[in-house]
Amino acid sequence: MDVMDFEDVLAAYEPVMGLEVHVELNTVSKMFCGCSTAFGAEPNTQVCPICLGLPGSLPVINGKAVESAIRIGLALNCQIASWCRMARKNYFYPDMPKDYQISQYDEPIAFDGYLDVEVDGETFRVDVERAHMEEDTGKSLHVGGATGRIQGADYSLLDYNRAGVPLIEIVTRPITGAGEKAPQVARAYVAALREILRGLDVSDVRMEQGSLRCDANVSLMPRGAAVFGTRTETKNVNSLRSVEGAVRYEMCRQGAVLSEGGTVRQETRHWNEAEGFTTPGRSKETAEDYRYFPEPDLVPIAPDAAWVEELRATLPEPPAERLARVTKEWGFTDLEMRDVLGAGAIGVIDQTVAAGATPQAARKWWLGELVRRANEAGVELAEVGMTPAQVAELQRLVEGGTINDKLARQVIDGVLAGEGDPEQVVATRGLSVVSDEGALSAAVEAAIAANPGVADKVRAGKVQAAGALIGAVMKEMKGQADAARVRELVLEKLS
Amino acid sequence: MSEILTATAAELARRIATGEQSAEEVTRAHLDRIEAVDPKVNAFLAVDSERALATARQVDAKRSAGEELGPLAGVPIAVKDLLCYQGLPTTAGSRMLEGWVPPYNATVVDRLIAADMVILGKTNLDEFAMGSSTETSAYGPSRNPWDLDRIPGGSGGGSSAAVASFEAPLAIGTDTGGSIRQPASVTGTVGVKPTYGGSSRYGIIAMASSLDQPGPCARTTEDAALLHAVIAGHDPMDATSIQAPVPPVVEAARSGDVAGMKIGIVREFAGDGYAPGVEQRFQESLTLLENAGAELVEVSCPHFVHALATYYLIMPAEVSSNLARYDAMRYGLRVGDDGERSTEEVMRLTRGRGFGSEVKRRIIIGTHALSSGYYDAYYGSAQKVRTLIRQDFDQAFTSVDVLVSPSTPTTAFRIGERIDDPMSMYRADLCTIPANLAGNAAGSFPAGLAPEDGLPVGLQVMAPPMADDRIYRVGAALERAQASAWGAPFTSQIPFLEA
Repeated sequence: MDVMDFEDVLAAYEPVMGLEVHVELNTVSKMFCGCSTAFGAEPNTQVCPICLGLPGSLPVINGKAVESAIRIGLALNCQIASWCRMARKNYFYPDMPKDYQISQYDEPIAFDGYLDVEVDGETFRVDVERAHMEEDTGKSLHVGGATGRIQGADYSLLDYNRAGVPLIEIVTRPITGAGEKAPQVARAYVAALREILRGLDVSDVRMEQGSLRCDANVSLMPRGAAVFGTRTETKNVNSLRSVEGAVRYEMCRQGAVLSEGGTVRQETRHWNEAEGFTTPGRSKETAEDYRYFPEPDLVPIAPDAAWVEELRATLPEPPAERLARVTKEWGFTDLEMRDVLGAGAIGVIDQTVAAGATPQAARKWWLGELVRRANEAGVELAEVGMTPAQVAELQRLVEGGTINDKLARQVIDGVLAGEGDPEQVVATRGLSVVSDEGALSAAVEAAIAANPGVADKVRAGKVQAAGALIGAVMKEMKGQADAARVRELVLEKLS
Repeated sequence: MSEILTATAAELARRIATGEQSAEEVTRAHLDRIEAVDPKVNAFLAVDSERALATARQVDAKRSAGEELGPLAGVPIAVKDLLCYQGLPTTAGSRMLEGWVPPYNATVVDRLIAADMVILGKTNLDEFAMGSSTETSAYGPSRNPWDLDRIPGGSGGGSSAAVASFEAPLAIGTDTGGSIRQPASVTGTVGVKPTYGGSSRYGIIAMASSLDQPGPCARTTEDAALLHAVIAGHDPMDATSIQAPVPPVVEAARSGDVAGMKIGIVREFAGDGYAPGVEQRFQESLTLLENAGAELVEVSCPHFVHALATYYLIMPAEVSSNLARYDAMRYGLRVGDDGERSTEEVMRLTRGRGFGSEVKRRIIIGTHALSSGYYDAYYGSAQKVRTLIRQDFDQAFTSVDVLVSPSTPTTAFRIGERIDDPMSMYRADLCTIPANLAGNAAGSFPAGLAPEDGLPVGLQVMAPPMADDRIYRVGAALERAQASAWGAPFTSQIPFLEA
């Protein structure tokens, strides 16, 4: 596949993006029935007549899902519909039990919002056209055949556990004017959206598990043109890196097509994460007619204005406001702040501070230890396995002298290994600092006796030689001694 | 024996409750009757003898033990084969679902069971409830006990034929455009479509979700009301179910007092296309009601003439979506799955083979009506006219308590007479459709026999939403007036079909 140099694309064309994000809500039960939404169960064990679409079954909407949808809408600065309906989107596909999806069409629950995102210190406003509710489909596994698609497969397996899981689809208006930063804006938008959703506690937002999925629409128009070019819709964009990569790749691919006098085909494309390119999927030239109409099995949704205001009051602080606040409160240097931002650690540090740690201590543990471990494990910082409350507790143990920094790292190991809270880890691993003066004193005397030459040097005033003695004591105590106290004891005995 | 069969449900319930007659004896009599005459009538698609007798014996045991029994405990009932009932196949009258046994019960079925009623079996219907004669059933038509060469109405012809041939004192029907009322009319029985949302649709195979409504079929007004009270009421499993108490239908049926009631006669439902005997019996019914103290007023509902056209856009649109799930993937018929054909081909072959022509016709019309570019002209316009029809009702009910009309323009037509002429078949529902479009309650009551053919005529009574009791009040008044005018109740004229 021909691709054009990114700089050359930008010289000739202006990119236009549209991002569609599907968010699986973390409600206990499905959108229209009481089945569990838990991820990873045995296939077809979380199903009932309703989510299997058996003849005669009827949907009843999950009030918690409506509540989450409204909170998401509010957090994205949207208007909330005072009256709206669900609609049926009709098309045949085996993973959709009713052969229609209950969704929303021209009456979304939330609309006309925006989200400000930051790229290299510059703020871009991404307009949100709508956020609507719908049900997820089941999952197909196509066995045999070359492509993993239904065409050419020997047979297909269907798992309906996911069928009926509540989804919110968030659609942006066309994003223009981002120019060279378009790929970064796309990434920053999804990252900011994920941060908001996490703060709302409405979704697990795990891209790798599909609870947050992004489709990226990209088109190019010649610089100075007024009409958008033909767009492609890239699916399977399942990480932040992929969002950026897919937008960038599509810009370069379309640039090559256009500059050679070709036309971009309107189609769905598939992002190949490992190789970093997109491949064509279903052509959208024969656009499917979904025959939307209002869902007659459900009554209209008319959120009471007072209820909407109640929900507005439950919203967490918006990320931009939080950033302004912590920048003022924490007193980090510009460099420190940039590292914190880069690591996506604002949220966890804020929560750690709220749990009682000082900002500097919180920063130290998250950036000094946990970022590295999250990277090693390939997970998000918030999912590293240690909570802000646990980090604050760790810091309390250090400040109280129960452990030192070196032991604290072992405590982190224990927490990440699932051994419990820091105090439990300290207890079960026996990691507390030895503060028994008698034991320390004996160890110091033993070290002096074993190293008479070093001791003499210290006695002669070469204080820095004491390091060897301190090291020997710490080794003897398996690190569980307060190094400062050992130093004091050594100098005391040799003075 | 025939005495048990011709008794009302209310009387049977009384005898069972007092121990005068056992539920088992009553059940056995009806099962024997089915065995004897159903080969002629073809009302039943499945008979559940053993479970019915076991239930009857349980009722008798409960009575002996002094346990409390519901008002219809031990009374046998037939259920339209559109309602899910565990343990028996549910076919919807289609090949498409042949052999499918539902793993759950419809709410209405659960309520029958909870009321200790005895379910005899499942009754025949037009395929997926689409038709006015049962002729579109994949399992052959049911026959009208008044004349076996004639249709028993549809779609719920199996239920009405079962009740009219004394195979069951009660039956459950469903009404989307008249499928309870038109069969009641042509078989000389009572059938009521409750207010939309008055009884639960959960577990009833959907035809047109915004129109479907289950209701009672019986031979008398009181029996219909007793059954109405058992099945109606809010169901959390149906989002369109109304959260309000069931209207006092039984009290109304027992009172029959129409003194001072204002009855509106729908001007638009008369004239061309109405059989002379139908108009004659309709007029006579009005006179009887007037003599009973009701006040007659002629009212105009100008948009009712567009109801049929409106219905034939909205209903097929919903049908096209509701019947999409019959795709061979999960249950029911699967045709052509030879390991070579694609999913789409198997879907296409199955739907081509599994659905009959009337079902296909409606799926095609509905798919077209919802298509982009046509939606506004068809489905969109139809919804606007639907609103106008609802406004006609609202307007009329500002001056009258109920509206009346013939239930259907003619008496029972012959089997085969209209099956190749869809438009003439559709006209059987001309008078019943407005109540479905507006969501009103409506019922059909026997109005006597048409002199020209000796076949039953029905009077339709329509009431505002959740005023279902008014229908029963009028039905009961008519029943009494007939009995005193004719010297015997209408039910005594229903022929007792010989085996």
